[in-house]
Amino acid sequence: MSKFKKNTSASQEIPTAALPDIIFMLLFFFMVTTVMRETDIMVKQQLPKASQLTKIERKSLVSYIYLGEPKNTNLYGNEPKIQTNDVFVDVDDIIQFVNQEKDKLSEVERDQITMSMKVDVDVKFGIVSDVQQELREANARRVLYSSIKTADL
Amino acid sequence: MPRGKKRDTPEVSSGSMADIAFLLLIFFLVTTTIANDKGIMLLLPPKVDPNEPPPDITKNDRNIFKILANSKDNLLVEDEPYTAPISNLKDDVKSFILNFGKPTEEGIALYSSLPSSMKSKINATGKRSDSSDDPTECVVSFKANRGTSYDLYIQVLDAINSAYNEVYAERVGITVDEWLSLDRDDDIQKDMYNKGRQGIPRAISIAEPD
Repeated sequence: MSKFKKNTSASQEIPTAALPDIIFMLLFFFMVTTVMRETDIMVKQQLPKASQLTKIERKSLVSYIYLGEPKNTNLYGNEPKIQTNDVFVDVDDIIQFVNQEKDKLSEVERDQITMSMKVDVDVKFGIVSDVQQELREANARRVLYSSIKTADL
Repeated sequence: MPRGKKRDTPEVSSGSMADIAFLLLIFFLVTTTIANDKGIMLLLPPKVDPNEPPPDITKNDRNIFKILANSKDNLLVEDEPYTAPISNLKDDVKSFILNFGKPTEEGIALYSSLPSSMKSKINATGKRSDSSDDPTECVVSFKANRGTSYDLYIQVLDAINSAYNEVYAERVGITVDEWLSLDRDDDIQKDMYNKGRQGIPRAISIAEPD
């Protein structure tokens, strides 16, 4: 028994001096891995699953187009709608949106603009195709169908 | 300098440091979303010039792998209803690409550059006269209906892409996951990437829906 009694005099407190450091570490982790939520998404967003995903190399070149059934169906009905930034737009307004986004980039980067299409799984292909035609018109040809990695495979 | 008096060293209390850090942490937790932006990349064709007539299609019919999807999410692959699960589509596309039915000179050179494991597979299953001539010629065409669900569209696109990626990865002897994570800023990995894609264009044609 005496063997185990040796340490009874030691203090029972857990040192908390390193606690701020730990919290800071967590803080930095979240600061680095996250991006600011810049828009309020007003459409349903359940992204499709796929296996062959590519990562976006440069975030500054990416603009987002959201497609899906509006969350507030009382106000906007339940037909799929297109959202850019914070507003619903018509198909015809896409070109204008793309040009606005292109203006934010420097001259050399304009052709590399990537449109990330965040499309809900319940949307039919028709509206997606309409948006694509407009993107072709607007000469924003790089499209990324945002999707989630499948667990299997 | 008076030495006798020993003053307390002025210390900033750091007890609330953790609280401040916590506050910041919670702020970032709430205001941010994890960057999960991954997806299937696609390059759309350039816009049609109204002054120029659409180019004539001179491709041989057997060099085009046709996938059609209707509004009920049924598939028609190579003019036959597709009843097999969609997970099989990848292998069908792959065997179409690596058919080498009637290779051109370019195709023969490509064939001899393939690793032996792929060659033996081609000899076993490929070389059908009703399928593609060689990988340089073939095109995978996908046409969806306006009523096709986006989910199916992505699944088919994913299957086609994974067929191509598997071919590329097998060519340089790595797994598909390794292939997908190749970093093109790195010279060695870029070489590998170019070597995999050399001569086998990822020709996916997405037709406008009716």
